[in-house]
Amino acid sequence: MNDVTLTINGKPVSGVTEPRVTLLDYLRDVAGLKGTHAGCEHGVCGACTVLIDGIAVRSCLMLAVQAEGVDITTIEGIGGSGAHAGELGVIQDAFCETHGLQCGYCTPGMILTAEALLSVNIDPTEHEVREAISGNICRCTGYVQIVEAILLAAKRLGQRNDAATSDTTVA
Amino acid sequence: MKPVRFDYKRPATIDEACGLLASDDNARILAGGQSLIPMLSMRLSRPSLLIDIAHIPELTALVETETHIEIGAMVRQAVAQKSELVKMHIPLLAKALGYVGHPPTRARGTVGGSVAHADPSAEIALVAATLGAEITYRVEGADEVFDASDFFIGPMLTIAPPTGCLTRLSFAKAPVVCGTGFHEVAPRKSDYALASAAAQINFTAGSGVTSIHLGVGSVGDFPERLDVDLLCGTPLDDAAITDAVHAAMQMVETVEDLHATAAYRKRVATELAIRALRDARDEISKDLNQ
Repeated sequence: MNDVTLTINGKPVSGVTEPRVTLLDYLRDVAGLKGTHAGCEHGVCGACTVLIDGIAVRSCLMLAVQAEGVDITTIEGIGGSGAHAGELGVIQDAFCETHGLQCGYCTPGMILTAEALLSVNIDPTEHEVREAISGNICRCTGYVQIVEAILLAAKRLGQRNDAATSDTTVA
Repeated sequence: MKPVRFDYKRPATIDEACGLLASDDNARILAGGQSLIPMLSMRLSRPSLLIDIAHIPELTALVETETHIEIGAMVRQAVAQKSELVKMHIPLLAKALGYVGHPPTRARGTVGGSVAHADPSAEIALVAATLGAEITYRVEGADEVFDASDFFIGPMLTIAPPTGCLTRLSFAKAPVVCGTGFHEVAPRKSDYALASAAAQINFTAGSGVTSIHLGVGSVGDFPERLDVDLLCGTPLDDAAITDAVHAAMQMVETVEDLHATAAYRKRVATELAIRALRDARDEISKDLNQ
């Protein structure tokens, strides 16, 4: 058994785990965060994608002990915060509006992958969106509405940034 | 999809890692884990000890020397892909990295780990073999250097010493004028390639083409460098390239599996090698015409 101390959605978590436990199983079974989905469990489908220090990675391709000291964001940590706690985040909203999901199994992974993309590229082209989600498999939608959702979210986040900038100018 | 039980150690130095490796016949090094962890999950690999080298600071260095770019064993593929040093001095590697896995696997996977793992269809191993990169292992306290062109001997099989730990890869800097080409055919984007080819042509003002590197991957048991030196000093027209690649490919042994026949792989690899060489040639012409 090994000690592991990490941050999950802003909260410090520490515990003892067998080294063979993947980060995916640790998040679901030890931290109780079932939003991270177990799909293929060998790195092919992308359903288990989480953010590690802001970058999208597959939690099934990492042991929990390898996550020592890192900052993890799961789908539970992606919604509104502060006055908007409990509300959907911008990307989640966009997925609802464009019908970017059907069964929903791939959705947490898709949204976190989109979050990672939009955090470094605020105005992606359709090609860049497709490239970013190329490692996430969806068997329902055919991807068209997922791509639409991410582009819509990018537009809204861009407008929000523009509004924030102009507010500052006025102030 | 759950690995067998194993012990896990997190050494702070390379020598400590080597000591652990020597202490257990069934120990394995864990770098980025993007190939090893699926094998653990499917129980294709059943180590008794995993040695995580992610916390050894010197292994994350990506540095420039006068003649080479040195990539530490723990440099992530995504870091190498974004590195200005790699883009400027190892353009062939920069080109190939976009074909390696997906953004989330490149965020964790390492350049060195891919070489040590030696998958026959690995793009990084193909580039290393094609360019004759130097692969350094720490073995019993001393550094041992291998030429990547004859490092790979079978599927996931290399001549690396069993108790050695890969510490860095070293690529010779490409000359100011050089052209590169990389092509692969895979069933899906970023899936294991059925055939791949990498080419680099080095050019020096005054003496013209000084060397031509060509390699093919995914077709046999390991990535292979092809000898097309006879093209040096020719005008590199399409017909000469085609003839040279066809002649060189005759020596290549291709394998057959569920996904593609040996004949298909050879045909595709031949065409991809021709295209990679043409791309490299065209890049040089473009550079010279600017």
